[in-house]
Amino acid sequence: MTAVTFDAGRITPAARPAGAITAATTVAARSVRRFVRTPQLLVISTITGAMFLLIFRYVFGGAIETGPVQYVTFMVPGYIVTSVLFTGSNASSSVAQDLEEGFTDRLRSLPVSRTAVLAGRVVAESALLALGLTATLAIGFAVGFRPQGTGVEAIAAFGLVLTFGFAFMWLFVSVGLVAGNVQAAQGMSLLIFPLSFVSSAMVPVESMPGWLQPIAENQPITVMTNAVRSLALGDPALAGLSGTTAHYVTLSLVWAAGLVAVFAPLAVARFRKV
Amino acid sequence: MSTPIVEAKGLTRSFGKVQALSGLDLAAESGQVVAVLGPNGAGKTTFVRSVATLVRPDGGELRVAGIDALRRPEQVRRVIGLAGQYAAVEPAMTGRENVVMVARLYGQTRRQARANAAVVLDQLGLTEAADRPVSTYSGGMRRRLDLGASLVGAPRLLLLDEPTTGLDPRSRNELWDAIRSMVRAGTDVLLTTQYLDEADQLAQRVVIVDKGRVIADGTPGELKSRAGRDVVEIRVHRPEDLTVVAESVGRIGVEAPRVDAGTHRVTIPVAGGRAVIAEAIRALDALAVEVDDIGLRRPTLDEVFLTLTGSPIDAGEPESTDPSTESTTEPGEHFAQAA
Repeated sequence: MTAVTFDAGRITPAARPAGAITAATTVAARSVRRFVRTPQLLVISTITGAMFLLIFRYVFGGAIETGPVQYVTFMVPGYIVTSVLFTGSNASSSVAQDLEEGFTDRLRSLPVSRTAVLAGRVVAESALLALGLTATLAIGFAVGFRPQGTGVEAIAAFGLVLTFGFAFMWLFVSVGLVAGNVQAAQGMSLLIFPLSFVSSAMVPVESMPGWLQPIAENQPITVMTNAVRSLALGDPALAGLSGTTAHYVTLSLVWAAGLVAVFAPLAVARFRKV
Repeated sequence: MSTPIVEAKGLTRSFGKVQALSGLDLAAESGQVVAVLGPNGAGKTTFVRSVATLVRPDGGELRVAGIDALRRPEQVRRVIGLAGQYAAVEPAMTGRENVVMVARLYGQTRRQARANAAVVLDQLGLTEAADRPVSTYSGGMRRRLDLGASLVGAPRLLLLDEPTTGLDPRSRNELWDAIRSMVRAGTDVLLTTQYLDEADQLAQRVVIVDKGRVIADGTPGELKSRAGRDVVEIRVHRPEDLTVVAESVGRIGVEAPRVDAGTHRVTIPVAGGRAVIAEAIRALDALAVEVDDIGLRRPTLDEVFLTLTGSPIDAGEPESTDPSTESTTEPGEHFAQAA
C-alpha cells in the first residue's frame, strides 16, 4: 500500500461557487454517462418496448376493431405515448437509488443551487427518454406504421410526445424523491399499468364497458394519445374522434402544463428540503 | 481563542415521535479530529447531517466556522466536505471523472478541476486506478475515492459519518492514515463512529452522545480516567473455569467482576497498581486453573460508556463485534502467559 498523505495546500480552491448552468450541465453529464455506459439499461428497455409492440401488433391487433385505419396505424401513436410512462418511470428508480446510496446527500452538501441540480437531472433524463422514444418509433415503422398526415403534422406529433416526456419526467422525479428507496419507487410505478391500458392508447374507448368509458376518456394518456393520433392520421375522424386536431392538441398541452405546474415545484421543494 | 470550527448550543431535532437531538451542546476547536461516539440511534448522524446542512434543527444554535448554519446554509456548504456512510460515487464513471465532477460543482474551472483531481487521486494512492470505472474498485478504494471527492474542494471542515463501517481492517487502517495526514495538513475533521478504537486511534477529542445529548466530552485519556478504575483482565483457557476465577480472584477488586463468556475473560476493577497483579497471580496459582493471559490495563472506552450510561455501547446490535478488544495499543502493563 502506498503511503497516504494529504495536503490541502496543493489544491487551488474555486474563486466563486458554480453557476446554475455549470451545476445543471455537470449533473446532466453524469446521467448521460451512466446511461451510455450501462448498455444493459438501453438493451433491456428497448427489448421490452419492442416485445409489447410486437405482441399488440401481431397477437391482439387482429381482434381489435379500429374502423377505417389499420390497427398498426391506430396503435403506434398510442403506444409511443405509453412508452413515455414505461421508459420514463425508470427515472423514479434511479432518483430513489441516489437517495438511498447517499449520492443525493453529496450533491446537497455542495455549494450549488439545488434547483439547478434537479433541473439538470430532469433535462438529461428527458433527453435520454427522447432517445428511447425514437427507438420505439423506428420499430413502429419497421412493423408497418406510416403516418397519414403531412410531414409537419408528423413532426408536430413527435414534438408533442417529447413535451409529454418532459412534463411526466417531473412526476417521475417527484415519485423517486417521495419514495426514497428503489423498491417503493418501483411499487409506485405499477400505477402506470392502469394509466396506460385504461386509455385510448391500444383500443378504442368505445369498446370498454360503459362505467369505465368516462374514466378512460378523460385521463391524460387518452387526451395525449388523441392529440398525437389526430396528427399522425391527419384527421381525428379516422381515429373515431369527433373534435378537431387543434382541440386535442390544446387539451393535451394544458395537461402537460398542469403536470409541470404541480410536480416541478413539488420535486424542487422535496429536493431542497432539509 | 479562535472561532470554534463547530459550535452547537441546545440543538434539538425530532423526526415524528423520535427525538434525535435533545439539547446537544458542543464546541469543537480547530486543528484536531473530533469524534462523536455513540450507539445507533444516539443522534450522532443527525448531528453531522445538521452540520452538513442536510438536516435543519428544530431549535438551538449551530455555527460552522463562525457561519450561522440555520440562516446561511449555502455559505456553510462552501467550507465543508462530506463523506457519508456510503461511498457516494458514480460506479459507471471513472475515479477521475467522479472527482472532477465534484470539483466542478465546488465551482472550480475545468482546468482547476482537472489539476486538483490529479492531486487528490495521487495523494490518496488512486492514480493507477484513476481511469478505470469505479464499478471495478474494491470497497476500500471506493471509500478513499469518496474521501477524495469531498477533499477536492479543499474544505476547512471534513465531515465523516461512520467512515469505516463495513471495511476490512486493512482498508480501515489505510483510511485512518489518510484522515491523520489531512489533519496534519490543516483540515479539521468531525467524524462519527460506533467503534471505540476508531475514536481512540484518530481523535484528540471524543464526544460521547447518548439519547440526543452529550454525556461526556474530553480526550480519550480523560474519558478513560473518568471511568476511574484500572482493571485486571484474566483470560482463562477453559470457559468452565470462569465462575470460579471470578469468585475467588474477584475478591481483590473494588467492584463486582464482569464475566465475558464469549471471549473467556474476567474483568476486575481494581484500586491498587502492580501489587494487585501479584495478588491476582497468587490467587490463580491456588486455584490451579489454566490461564492464557493476564494483565493490568486502563479501562477501554467501552467500559467508560458502560460506566456513564449503565448499558454497553453495542446494546441492540447483535452483529457488532467490538473492535476495541483487538486493540494492541492499549496502555497499561501486560504480563502475557503469566501463570
